[in-house]
Amino acid sequence: ITDVLTAVALYLAIQDFNKVVFKKQKLLIELDKYAPDVAELIRTPMEMHYIPLKVALFYLLNPYTVMSCVAKSTCAINNTVVAFFILATIKGSAFLSAIFLALATYQTLYPLTLFAPALLYLLQRQFIPIKLKSKSFWLYTMQYAALYLCSLVVIICLSFFLLNSWDFIPSVYGFILSVPDLTPNIGLFWYFFAEMFEHFSLFFVCVFQINVFFYTIPLAIKLKEHPMFFMFVQIAIISIFKSYPTVGDIALYMAFLPVWSHLYRFLRNIFILSCVLIVCSFLFPVLWHLWIYAGSANSNFYYAITLTFNIGQILLISDYFYAFLRREYYLTHGLHLTRQDGTEAMLVLK
Amino acid sequence: GGMAAELLLLLLLLAAGPGPGPGRAQRDALREELLLSPLPAGDVAATFQFRTRWDADLQRGEVSHYRLFPKALGRLVAALGVRELHLALTQGFWRTQAWGQPPLQAPAGAELWVWFQPTVTDVDKAWKELSNILSGIFCASLNFIDSTNTVTPTASFKPLGLANGTDHHLLRYAVLPREVVCTENLTPWKKLLPCGSKAGLAVLLKAERLFHSSYHSQAVHIRPVCRDASCLAVSWELRQTLTVVFDTFASGQGKKDWSLFKMFSRTLTDACPLASQSKVYVDISPKNKEKELLEVSPPPTSVHEAVVQGDKRTYAVYDLLSPLLFNTSRSLNVQLKWQRPQDSSELPTPVLHAQRYVSGYGLQTGEISTLIYNTHPYRAFPVLLLETVPWYLRLYVHTLTIITKGKENKPSYIHYQPAQDRRRPHLLEMLIQLPANSITKITIQFERALLKWTEYTPDPNHGFYVGSSVLSALVPSVIAMKDVDEEQSPLFTSLFPSSDGSSYFVRLYTEPLLVNLPTPDFSMPYNVICLTCTVVAVCYGSFYNLLTRTFHVEEPSRGGLAKRLANIIRKFRGVPPL
Repeated sequence: ITDVLTAVALYLAIQDFNKVVFKKQKLLIELDKYAPDVAELIRTPMEMHYIPLKVALFYLLNPYTVMSCVAKSTCAINNTVVAFFILATIKGSAFLSAIFLALATYQTLYPLTLFAPALLYLLQRQFIPIKLKSKSFWLYTMQYAALYLCSLVVIICLSFFLLNSWDFIPSVYGFILSVPDLTPNIGLFWYFFAEMFEHFSLFFVCVFQINVFFYTIPLAIKLKEHPMFFMFVQIAIISIFKSYPTVGDIALYMAFLPVWSHLYRFLRNIFILSCVLIVCSFLFPVLWHLWIYAGSANSNFYYAITLTFNIGQILLISDYFYAFLRREYYLTHGLHLTRQDGTEAMLVLK
Repeated sequence: GGMAAELLLLLLLLAAGPGPGPGRAQRDALREELLLSPLPAGDVAATFQFRTRWDADLQRGEVSHYRLFPKALGRLVAALGVRELHLALTQGFWRTQAWGQPPLQAPAGAELWVWFQPTVTDVDKAWKELSNILSGIFCASLNFIDSTNTVTPTASFKPLGLANGTDHHLLRYAVLPREVVCTENLTPWKKLLPCGSKAGLAVLLKAERLFHSSYHSQAVHIRPVCRDASCLAVSWELRQTLTVVFDTFASGQGKKDWSLFKMFSRTLTDACPLASQSKVYVDISPKNKEKELLEVSPPPTSVHEAVVQGDKRTYAVYDLLSPLLFNTSRSLNVQLKWQRPQDSSELPTPVLHAQRYVSGYGLQTGEISTLIYNTHPYRAFPVLLLETVPWYLRLYVHTLTIITKGKENKPSYIHYQPAQDRRRPHLLEMLIQLPANSITKITIQFERALLKWTEYTPDPNHGFYVGSSVLSALVPSVIAMKDVDEEQSPLFTSLFPSSDGSSYFVRLYTEPLLVNLPTPDFSMPYNVICLTCTVVAVCYGSFYNLLTRTFHVEEPSRGGLAKRLANIIRKFRGVPPL
């Protein structure tokens, strides 16, 4: 049920988002911000018509979603809350989006980082420019932050009254942050802390947790014009680097991939990466069985697949990021670039 | 006249000597006893009990002169506020089905359970200090007892001595199944005896013979008892027991005859001079259908009959303090020769016995099953089961099933305390009614955790031990036992209190379990750190590139050295330059 709810929420969200994107594109064309020969890069309503449906189907039919549904994992509930949060943000309702974000943060700590893209999107929607000196910017930020924090405090106090003690805070959030349980999962943390010297474990726990929250500010600075893409990258980073990742988290950010299917021509390694991801997904249960049940493999085998899978995901995200930035460059500078002497130019990152 | 006055003065002085006052020497008494019982299949069980009873109040700190009671233990009891202490170090497992009901069983490894006085404020601190001090006294690694293997049972392990109230928060129980018992545990144990190992029954305790056995258990029990029948004052009793089971087949050249010399390579020469009673009991109860008593040589000083554990038994008694015993020879070597060798293989079925095993495959899940047998033909009785499971085997209590004769059996009392990772173990206590002539199967499933690599023992693929579970029951006896005077009855009948004559108290232990946990690769810490940090660095690097750099049109470069060299080679080949 929660999966269907998530799919419906994503469908409506992307539908609205598409309208916004189209409006923005029209505005920029009228403002003459685009270079003349980028006609083939402009997105048309026709191609964008089926994207919401594709997003919903991508989520529902994803084998990862099916697996996490069969396992009766609470990840589905997390995904639903995040999807409703995205829907509320895109619709522009700051109040609802703050509530859903508070709910998501209450369950697992990491959606806290989604505060930044939501804020940027809402500011953009209210046409408030993002200047550090602008008073309306700070006013709106404070309002949104206050809404979010208040709802979070309300939910936590509600839990306190239900339980009559503050024990749940170290049990839930302390557990997520300090990673005491080392059951093997698809993430990077478990083997690392299983083989860690006791002396350094606190240091590395802090390093790993900071790693999740650390990309928010730089991404906010770079992607302040494109908060939805920022949201996507942020969700992906959370699901790769959180302390106990599951395949349900991967299903959530993969559902967004059709929204950026127009970036396909700029993706560099998509074939290899999709092969890596598919092969690793198949090898996960095989090597798990060999380690735990057959006893003929080592924990290293499973760990290696974990590493490869995570590298695949990371490269996928950075590939999409690269393609997005490249398209933006082409949009503003023209598709066919020529050097001073007239030969075809190459684009490099410098 | 003068003579009479002198005698009177002497008498007065003698009467006034032991007057009331703190410096007076309190009375203490030592009784030592050895019980030899032939077991079926040719084994012989020898149980030594040394009981030192001291009419002093250790708690009030009035004691300054220790005579028979060892000073180390006396000071320990006084300083830490211990009310009862029971420590057992065991190697091997008592096979109840093959050997019958044990007189006093202990689980494999080390077991320590202590009742503290109500005046102790911080019981956990006292427990930790106690285990450390005992570890020093007995040269055993009892200092590994910490909160991860200590539990506080609520129903089992009620006090065996005098008790005012039983607040179970004053009780602590811990078992270390991995402990090994060897000579260096035996030596300090022997040193606590008043005569040491120089006189009395303790001369038989030679380490090289004692550890060549199927079962070796040494225990120390300290408890307060009533000083007399009116129970106005408290005496402290220290009971040291040692049970050893010899396999006479292996050592007796295939014959089941045994003798003290063959078992212990020593014979008894005299009693301990400090002992008030020193006896050897040999179980000569008939084992065959004709009810003939077994013959032992030399002939015993007397024959004693008792009902022990529901069975009528006859004992040949050798009183080492009686002058008749050492008349004929200087040493006493009790011997038993079987007339008809096949007599001893009749297996008595004990009324209550249990088995425990772990099942399942793979390193992820498993199941612990306990089978409890009640072979009494018509009486049902309840049994209290205590299980302590370490935290890294995560029990699923919702899978707990108790099945008797095909139907579910609901326990009348359950106490479950879930484990906390790295802090305390699981505790499961249940009171289960066993119907007559039935087998009860208790199963619970668990999941195995992956530990940090420093938490594994040096041989991790050996597995992890799960301590024995404890079954306590009042077993109905077939024969009525009459109340006997505890002072005069043999020591081996008097540790456990019996409330009425129709049942006797039994504490059984099941087998310890050995469970494998999934292990990480121990040779890999540096590699793992490097590889994981590489993955994180890949992410960081690609994001850093994308975030801090912008796209530029590539400037045509003049070409580096390599390019110019390549162009020169191409010119030679006639191929267009790069």
